[in-house]
Amino acid sequence: MSDMKEIYLDNSATTRVFPAVADLMTRVMLETYGNPSSMHHKGVEAEKLLRNAKEIFSGILKCDMKNIYFTSGGTESDNIAIIGAATAAKRRGMHLITTQIEHPAVINTMKHLESEGYTVTYLPVDSYGMVKLDKLEAAITPETTLVSIMHVNNEIGSMQKIAEIGELIKRCNPETLFHVDAVQGFGKATIIPKKMNIDLMSVSSHKIHGPKGMGMLYVGDKVRINPIVFGGGQQNGLRSGTENMPGIAGMAKAADTLCSKLKEDADKLYELKERLIKGALKLDGVQINGVEFSDDLKAKLKEKNDSGTIELDATSEQELKAAIAKTAPHIVSISFPGIRAEVMLHTLENDGIYVSAGSACSTHKPEPSATLKAIGLDKSLLDCTLRFSMSVFTTEEEIDKTVAVLADKLPMLQKYTRR
Amino acid sequence: MKKEMFCDFLIKYAEIGIKGKNRYLFEDALVARIKHAMTKVDGEFSIRKTPGRIFLRSESEFDFDEAIDALQHVFGIVGICPIVRLDIVDPETLAQKVTDYMREMYGAELCGTGITAQQAVEIMKENGFDADSASDAISDEVYGKLRWQEIYPSIKRNPAETIRFKMMVRRERKGYPKDSMVLNEDIGEALLNAFPGLKVDVHHPEKIVYVEIRDSIYLYSEIIPGPGGMPVGTGGHGMLLLSGGIDSPVAGYMVSKRGVTIDAVYFNAPPYTSERALQKVVDLATIISKYTGPINLHVINFTEIQMAIYEKCPHDELTIIMRRYMMRIAEHLAEECGAQGLITGESIGQVASQTFASLVCTNEVCTLPVIRPLIAFDKQDIVEISQKIGSYETSIQPYEDCCTIFVAKHPVTKPSRTVIRRHEAHLDDVIEDMLKTAYETDTVIRVGE
Repeated sequence: MSDMKEIYLDNSATTRVFPAVADLMTRVMLETYGNPSSMHHKGVEAEKLLRNAKEIFSGILKCDMKNIYFTSGGTESDNIAIIGAATAAKRRGMHLITTQIEHPAVINTMKHLESEGYTVTYLPVDSYGMVKLDKLEAAITPETTLVSIMHVNNEIGSMQKIAEIGELIKRCNPETLFHVDAVQGFGKATIIPKKMNIDLMSVSSHKIHGPKGMGMLYVGDKVRINPIVFGGGQQNGLRSGTENMPGIAGMAKAADTLCSKLKEDADKLYELKERLIKGALKLDGVQINGVEFSDDLKAKLKEKNDSGTIELDATSEQELKAAIAKTAPHIVSISFPGIRAEVMLHTLENDGIYVSAGSACSTHKPEPSATLKAIGLDKSLLDCTLRFSMSVFTTEEEIDKTVAVLADKLPMLQKYTRR
Repeated sequence: MKKEMFCDFLIKYAEIGIKGKNRYLFEDALVARIKHAMTKVDGEFSIRKTPGRIFLRSESEFDFDEAIDALQHVFGIVGICPIVRLDIVDPETLAQKVTDYMREMYGAELCGTGITAQQAVEIMKENGFDADSASDAISDEVYGKLRWQEIYPSIKRNPAETIRFKMMVRRERKGYPKDSMVLNEDIGEALLNAFPGLKVDVHHPEKIVYVEIRDSIYLYSEIIPGPGGMPVGTGGHGMLLLSGGIDSPVAGYMVSKRGVTIDAVYFNAPPYTSERALQKVVDLATIISKYTGPINLHVINFTEIQMAIYEKCPHDELTIIMRRYMMRIAEHLAEECGAQGLITGESIGQVASQTFASLVCTNEVCTLPVIRPLIAFDKQDIVEISQKIGSYETSIQPYEDCCTIFVAKHPVTKPSRTVIRRHEAHLDDVIEDMLKTAYETDTVIRVGE
């Protein structure tokens, strides 16, 4: 397998670090290794780096540097945001709202708060993984202190209308804070917290070609939030602990690289996504999750000509593009009826193609994915669904090769299924 | 017990002792196994074999618990006694030394009520001693007779809480001035005088104080249980069919306990089973290798054979036919490496392929004996052993093995040998080549070195 070119389509699990990021981090570790709190020159140098990283993020998010906090990752950002905001507003109310398709870092933090006496509403989603706005509106009460909704779902790539949701929340209860888990969406779609009424936002570094063990939390201007770890009072006392300078510099560099040509990359990813979807739909019985096709389009996508390719007229082509554009550009969830995801995954692996069954964060648990259940996926497909997630490194050739391998292996696997 | 008192251990073994002229073989094997086990413990250890006794001595700093844990993984050991070694001294000094030993070893337990030092301090405080002098007394002299008698009457003694003990002196060195009977009495009396909480009970003692007078004098009173069994290497060689489940590691452990050297075979079925399933099996082999010594784990690629069976044979017989090929392959590997039989974790009726009728079907394909140590065990009993030997947590990781991936909803439970043979014949054209490929691609992983 070593001489085979690897095709890495598991970028929602983690990404390859940009070489320039790795170089920068090496230099920070070997040269600019000071503690930003130190008073001497080494400290000042490090503080400059820290400031520079904050500038990069405040530039991307169009906010002030003081809104930027660095953490150990998406999970910690989610924990600080949710626990910190919920406890700070405890006297005003103890009601929180989230969705059924959140990442475990949010769901399990909410569960923890439930055990501490908070009430949590878990909003349902439609069959494409979109939050039902009327349900959200009905759920917000005067006691609701925080709503936490993810930007892009990590398993099916559904992308919430964050701006609309933000506006709705503030209209129902201006005091309610809005937290967005943007771990999957950051660097893929533009997100401006102030414009979208976002008060708190979590970002992870290793999903954007930065190092692991690094995250960012945006905290809006007037947001009251309690720390959850205590120590030397770094970062305004919200996140004590000597700043992880190599990580911070690396993550900022990665974010800068990615966001400077975000639009261009996203367009390219959407094209690849369309290519993969069309390629997969050519195969018998295959189903795409999280993309809203009209019945008409669905029927057309199933019609194949003699050579087994799909030909769409211009309107349908437009419709397909529009449907895909409503979702995240990099995640495609595909169900292969009758074939266990793990088997398909290892089959692809034999050809050097790396994908994920459900989400990598939950594959070591035997329970089926909560997200797939929430979108009402047929029971028989829960264990037959793979996630393909692309990055800026992904090429057309790689997608074509993947589709070719699927086409090649599918008949054999469909033959040997559990009877 | 004060662990830091000890740097010598007496190793007790049982069954070897009753072997005849070849007894030295068993003892040498045990010494070799102990040596191997101790190489994994930090520190320098020396082993000395004397007639009927094996002594282990630490020549450097070491961790008591780590050393005991290593010894508790050596089959053949029934007991590990931490001993204090004394030079030969006169009987009076000996009685004094034994008293010192007991004081250091059990402290407050011997003070009359089975109370701890902390409780003793509390009681003393209640009886008018100030806190400082109470704890001073405990730390320095409370166990010494004089000071203790001063304190003692203030504590209501519950006779039921005394420790019943017995002296057990052995005098191998016949020139020693007093014989064992006299020494039992003298030392026992010295202990009774020193500790009000002791009481002699020769029939049901809680503590036996052993004094062995040999080239030196050895004192001990605790026997830490060993795993029992026979030293690995003295009982032949078996090939274990190791899956990722709960049973097969236990089966390997149990047979190895009778002195059998173990090698193992695992049937891998990529892409239906994952790299992690294989890793799990390697982990399981590593866990049992702590008892069995190093294991050669054969990894056989079984996918092709399994697919052929799936395609050509009735689906409800898939598992049985698959098991038959596993047995054949295992037997082939056993013969190649000189193993004298197969070992499986089968237990009657546990699953369809382990009913009596199914076992008859899988058994007939090999001529080597198949040892099934768990054959009459209930699942719960097997689980308990796997928890004891530490394989359970690994066994229950949720990775599929090749036995479960294609399993039929209703597999046969009463297969007939004739029918199975007839259906198996469908594979005749292809199976020889497939077996050949399987043997050629056999990968051996050495674990537990």
